[in-house]
Amino acid sequence: MNKDTISKMVFFILALSSISALALITGFIFIQGLPLFFKVGFANIVFGTKWAPSQGSFGIFPMIVGSVCVTLGATLLGVPIGVCCSIFLVEYCPASLSNLFRPAIQLLAGIPSVVYGFWGLLFIVPFIRNNLGGPGLSMLAGSMILGIMILPTIISISEVSLKDLPRQYKEGALALGMTHWQAIYSVLLPAARSGITAAIVLGIGRAIGETMAVIMVLGNAVALPESILDPIRTLTTNIGIEMGYATGDHQQALFATGIVLFVIIMILNSFAQYIARRK
Amino acid sequence: MVEAVGLGINTRKRAAIAFYIALLSIGSLLAGCQGRERNGIVVAGSTSVQPYAEVLAEEFAVMYPESSIDVQGGGSSAGITAATSGTADIGMSSRELSEKEQHLWSKEIAKDGLAIIVHPDNPLRSLSLEQISLIYSGQATKWSDVGGSSESKIHIVTREEGSGTRSAFSDLVMGDVEISPRAIVQDSNGAVKQLISDDLNSIGFLSLGLVDDSVKALMLNGVKATKENIINGSYGLFRPFLFVVNGEPTDLALEFIDFAVSEQGREILSTEGLIAEE
Repeated sequence: MNKDTISKMVFFILALSSISALALITGFIFIQGLPLFFKVGFANIVFGTKWAPSQGSFGIFPMIVGSVCVTLGATLLGVPIGVCCSIFLVEYCPASLSNLFRPAIQLLAGIPSVVYGFWGLLFIVPFIRNNLGGPGLSMLAGSMILGIMILPTIISISEVSLKDLPRQYKEGALALGMTHWQAIYSVLLPAARSGITAAIVLGIGRAIGETMAVIMVLGNAVALPESILDPIRTLTTNIGIEMGYATGDHQQALFATGIVLFVIIMILNSFAQYIARRK
Repeated sequence: MVEAVGLGINTRKRAAIAFYIALLSIGSLLAGCQGRERNGIVVAGSTSVQPYAEVLAEEFAVMYPESSIDVQGGGSSAGITAATSGTADIGMSSRELSEKEQHLWSKEIAKDGLAIIVHPDNPLRSLSLEQISLIYSGQATKWSDVGGSSESKIHIVTREEGSGTRSAFSDLVMGDVEISPRAIVQDSNGAVKQLISDDLNSIGFLSLGLVDDSVKALMLNGVKATKENIINGSYGLFRPFLFVVNGEPTDLALEFIDFAVSEQGREILSTEGLIAEE
């Protein structure tokens, strides 16, 4: 064997190890979680509204609703800001300012989620409690934190997709007498649609999978929320908050929660890939 | 395009990272292979007892430097299961043994009070067991429902499913009544205390040893939550901390349990905030 073949083999084996980690994790989650689905019944877990593992009730419907609501809230807050920010960076931002903006956004992505959560607990939660009422630990607090956390994902991917557009699009639009804003709104944004949609879907995936930050600000109550000021629990926080004590069926129920989350995220990611490739 | 930005790491870097992870895991595997030391025991169970058992183990190690006591968490039920199966030499429990578990040998090392706590500025001073139960079941939603003056909503704070403190609270206060699913769930004593000290309208429960000036412990039917009142029997919210062994304890396990209930051991536990008097 020559050196080239050897190095190729070495890199292949190393690359394989990262894939096998994924296979191991996936296999383990399903082996641990699936038996409970057969024992208790799929519908009783996914559509059950009572969560009391010590008494044999494993309904995670309130948490599915919780995950969807918090993620939706984060999207409503994060997407407009993120997309506008990327438009600003590509179309309006002077070079001097962009040297400040880009590293700052990178830095936002680098802040550990526990720091976001702690900051939320000390500033956002008391702010909501004192000004809007309720316990403060709420769906709104979680949405605000996640809305900020998904900004880097949305901004960087939208920015790249706007930048990648051929120069002629903008030049042609301006030559036809459009103003700068008209060119952005009616030519550039529609042309970059698939990239921006992918950015939003990946942002949603990030929000739905986040755990540490939301454990600290959501309040984790297992009930269907009546208002955005109510405490709620998401799928991820259910695992995070109870894994320390769980044994037997309770532990399997947490893995079952993981399976549901896994499936949701797989669907979201494949959707993002599909949109990004479609062009 | 999306992949390039979304993942941000190229394949070569990823291979290198995978390589380091592989190295690290091999290293930790090797470290794990050393096994138990010859003269050592495992103590596992309730996370409420764990910090106290750790203090005991440290002091014990000073007297017997060649022995090793490994204290682990896991929860009361897991600890009792581990003691039954022999995975742990001593199981720690922060609740009484159930009917099925009565065949195990157990020793109470101390009692721990359970305090019902509110914000220090809350004018409420005392509640009855029934009132606490009404609040936690979600039937009494305003402070005025339980004799308070304020019309504000009560924010109930509880611990997560599986917590020993929660199960003690359920047994002592709630009986067969369930805690409202609308209750805020925090996953540690510290998080409960932090939240109560911050929110004027909240109520929670906490191990008595951990109560400080940042929160106010309510009286129960006018009886203050103090060690003295638990000892003389007038304050009823307390639970035992048990060491559980399958069969009579022997050797090091026996020595450690004897140390825990010796005068020195009781003094340590008492200083740490438990009720360990004879």
